[in-house]
Parts: sequence; structure tokens; C-alpha cells
Amino acid sequence: MRNTTWKPWERASLLVKALLIPVAVLFFWQWAGSRPDMAGIVPTPWKVLQGWHDWIFAAPGMGLNPYLGTWLANVQYSSMRVSQGFALAAVIGVPIGLLIGWSRLFSQLVDPMIQSLRPIPITAWLPFSIALFGIRDIGSVFLIFLGGFYAIVVNTTQGARDVERNWVRAALMMGASRRQLLWRVVLPAAMPSIFTGLRIGLGISWTAVIVSEMVAVKSGLGYVLWDAYYVGRMDIVLADMVSIGMMGYISDRLIVALERRMLNWRILQSH
Amino acid sequence: MSNITIQQLCKTYPGDPPVKALEGIDLDVHAGQFVALLGPSGCGKSTLLNLVAGFEQPTSGLLAVAGAGVTQPGPDRGVVFQEAALFPWLSVWDNVVFGPQVQGLPKAQYEERAREMLHIVGLSDFKNHLPVQLSGGMRQRVGIARILTLGSQVLLMDEPFGALDAQTRLTMQELLLSVWQKLKPTIIFVTHDIDEAIFLSDAIYVMSARPGRIQKRIDVNLPRPRTVALTASEAFATMKLDILNLIRHDHG
Repeated sequence: MRNTTWKPWERASLLVKALLIPVAVLFFWQWAGSRPDMAGIVPTPWKVLQGWHDWIFAAPGMGLNPYLGTWLANVQYSSMRVSQGFALAAVIGVPIGLLIGWSRLFSQLVDPMIQSLRPIPITAWLPFSIALFGIRDIGSVFLIFLGGFYAIVVNTTQGARDVERNWVRAALMMGASRRQLLWRVVLPAAMPSIFTGLRIGLGISWTAVIVSEMVAVKSGLGYVLWDAYYVGRMDIVLADMVSIGMMGYISDRLIVALERRMLNWRILQSH
Repeated sequence: MSNITIQQLCKTYPGDPPVKALEGIDLDVHAGQFVALLGPSGCGKSTLLNLVAGFEQPTSGLLAVAGAGVTQPGPDRGVVFQEAALFPWLSVWDNVVFGPQVQGLPKAQYEERAREMLHIVGLSDFKNHLPVQLSGGMRQRVGIARILTLGSQVLLMDEPFGALDAQTRLTMQELLLSVWQKLKPTIIFVTHDIDEAIFLSDAIYVMSARPGRIQKRIDVNLPRPRTVALTASEAFATMKLDILNLIRHDHG
């Protein structure tokens, strides 16, 4: 974030530069999609827009076309799962990360376990998760939780370990107890790292929801993505991809907005 | 009455070979006395201060403040850090009342005092500012107001003005002297600046490095209250020359 104020013509120039390559890609895409040998593989941008429009606005289809008017419901399914899994990851991950960074005993007890499980990609958990939870929401939420959890724990731990020594000393000098030190110094000092962890974790959560919905449940953007591919509706596949990107972007912006509100002191510092 | 008693204090950091940071330190500071620890970097003056603060434990020797052995940090010994070490997420006011708050004192017991101390350091109008919005000198004044609010009888200051420009440093030195004259705490002031040591203190302990030792105690019998004019006097210059010679002989 900068305080720089852009002049109108500078703004226009920035916009043109930012749009140049995307517009070129769009033209290339339109050209490529119009080629006969690409039919059924790459739908043109226009066709994607049409499919997307119907998916969002059309009256729910009778019988065969499941892609009429179901967009919002699927966005809601996925968002709900991400919210649940991610909230769980944050609520459990932040305290655990703080304690690992703060208490040597806790770190010795818990950190080896976390570090040895962490390299297992969440995708590798899929079969086990389905076996455990069945084709139900909870399996998907579990994977999302797992994906967000590691990023949040690792970053929170780092933040708690990197607290400036003199802040800790100052608090002890003023009579703070160990518990007060944790909540009044270590937690706020680790806040910037915690937010880094939350942002990374949220990104992974969106990956997790798509993967798990492809396999472990029968609704949501991930399910539609795979289902549409199977029936050859590449326009829906692409519209779905863009939808996922949008949701990821919006949720990231929400976290950033929260961060700006809570870490006012940090933003002022960077000027 | 001796407020701080230090006898044969040693601090050795483990390693190969072990580092003798302090050796055979003897120090007696009376209640209300202003003492400076003067020496080059690496002479252990900050280590000595950290031991008195209770941030570190001595390897051997006696260390007592107000008759009690030092085992941990506490509000009876307020520390002013070189870079102020304010909590950047708290406003000036919240930084200043942090001590009484964590100790669970009722507001009535500290709010008036906190306001008064902010007034003394000239920051009454900056209560709601964040530390990042203040200059280095102002931050250091918050650091001082914070331990004055704490009510510490002993102030431990670790090169608190070392990072400030000359003009601000002088203002801060005068401020510190006026605060000291008003409240008469015991002060141990760590510095490598000879002028600063002479201008402020009643007694200067000149330290030498490797291992950290007290080389000599010099009483500063210059009249108080002191003003900048003192730094241009002959007595001041003579004392400065003595100390310079002492330090040079140490290195030669």
C-alpha cells in the first residue's frame, strides 16, 4: 500500500498496460476456439459467457440440463464448506501455533507430529477421508481444514518465535505473568504472521474444496467442474474455473480488509 | 543506605572457549544516586544492566537490590531500552498504563499518575498516537513515562539516547535530570558517551573489555542542578580529559 496519488493520465496508462496482455489472450482464445479442430475442447469466450449466464440466471432445467440456474447454489455449497473448514483450521491452528512458538514443552510434544504429517499432500488424504467419513460434507470439510491448518500453524509458530526479545523483557519488567505475556504481547506481535498464514491457508482451502468436491461429495463448484467435463460441457468447465478464481479472490480480499482493520499500526509503520 | 549491592559478580557465557562477559564486578549504588556505566562496546556494561534487571542470571557473585537478591525482572526496577521497546500495537496511553494494568491495579490508583507522568515528559497531547507516529525522542519519552508510572525506585537505562540526534539527546538529558531531581529514583545509566556520563551522573564507573571489568570509579562532584553551560566549564573539560587518558592507557 502506498500513499502515492496517481494523476488521471497515469491511471489511464496503468490500466492500458494491465489490460494489454489479457485482451490479447482473449483475442487469441476467440480465434483458437473458432477453429473447427478445437470444437468441443476450447469453447469461445462468448460461448463461455452464454453458458455462464444460463448457469446463473436461467430457470432450473427440467431433466437433462443440470446447468440452468444452479450456479448460486453451488457457489454457496463450496463457500459454506470453505468457511467451515477454514474457520476450524483458524480456531484450532492459531492457538496451537502460538503454543508451539511459545512453550518449549508444547513444541517438543506437538511439533514433531505436525512436521511429519505436513508433507503428506491433502490430495493423498482423499481416499482415507472418504473411507472415514463417506461421501458426505464432513469429509470435504475435513480436507479443507487440513489444508488450511498447516499453513496457519506454521506461520503462527514463526510469528510467536520471532517476537522481539525486548518486548518480552519490557512486559516482564512491568510485571506481566506468563499468561499475560502470551495474550498481550506474543499474540499481537505474531498477528502479522498469523494473517500471512490465514491468507495462504485460505488459498489452500479453496484448492482443497475443489479437489474434495470432485471426489467426495455431489455438489459444489468442484463437483460441477468434474461433472461438466464428463458430459463435455467445456463452457461450464471454464465458467466454473473463473467462478472459483473469483471466490478465491473475494475471500482473500475479505481477509486483507480484516487485516487492515486490525493491524493499523503495521500499515502506518510501513510508510 | 545502599540500594544496589554488587559483589564479585561474574557472568560467563558457555561456549568454546567460554566468554567471560563480566569478572569481579563490585558496585555500590545509594538510594537516589545517579550512576553511569561508561565503556566501549563489548565491555559488558549492558550485560551488567541486564543482570540487575533480572533478564539474565549471574554465573557467580552477589547481586541485591533494596536488600533482596535479584532473581527475575520486576516493576521495582524499570528499564528504559535503547530503542524504547514500546508495543507498536498499543497507543501511547496504553503503553504507559500497561504495567499497572497487568498487575491488576484499580484504575483510580494509576490513571492520575500516568497522566501526570505523560505531562512531565511533555506528551499529554499524544495519548492516542501510536508509537510509529512519534519521533525517536518522543518514543523514548514514552519509555520513560512508562516506568515512572510503574513507580520503579530503580531506573536502569541502556544507552537510551544513543540513537538520537545531538539536539534531541541534549533535550532528553535535561528532561531526565529534571525528572530525577523531582522524583529522586536510583539510576544506573549505561553509555559510551563521556560527555553524557559526566553531565548526568554522580559517579562514573569506567569499564574495560575482555573480560568486562570495572576499571575505575570516578566521582563527579560538579554542582547541581546542571545546565548545558556546565559542559563548557573548565571542571568539565578536566574531568573529560582524565577519563580520555584513562581509556587510552587501557588500550595502550
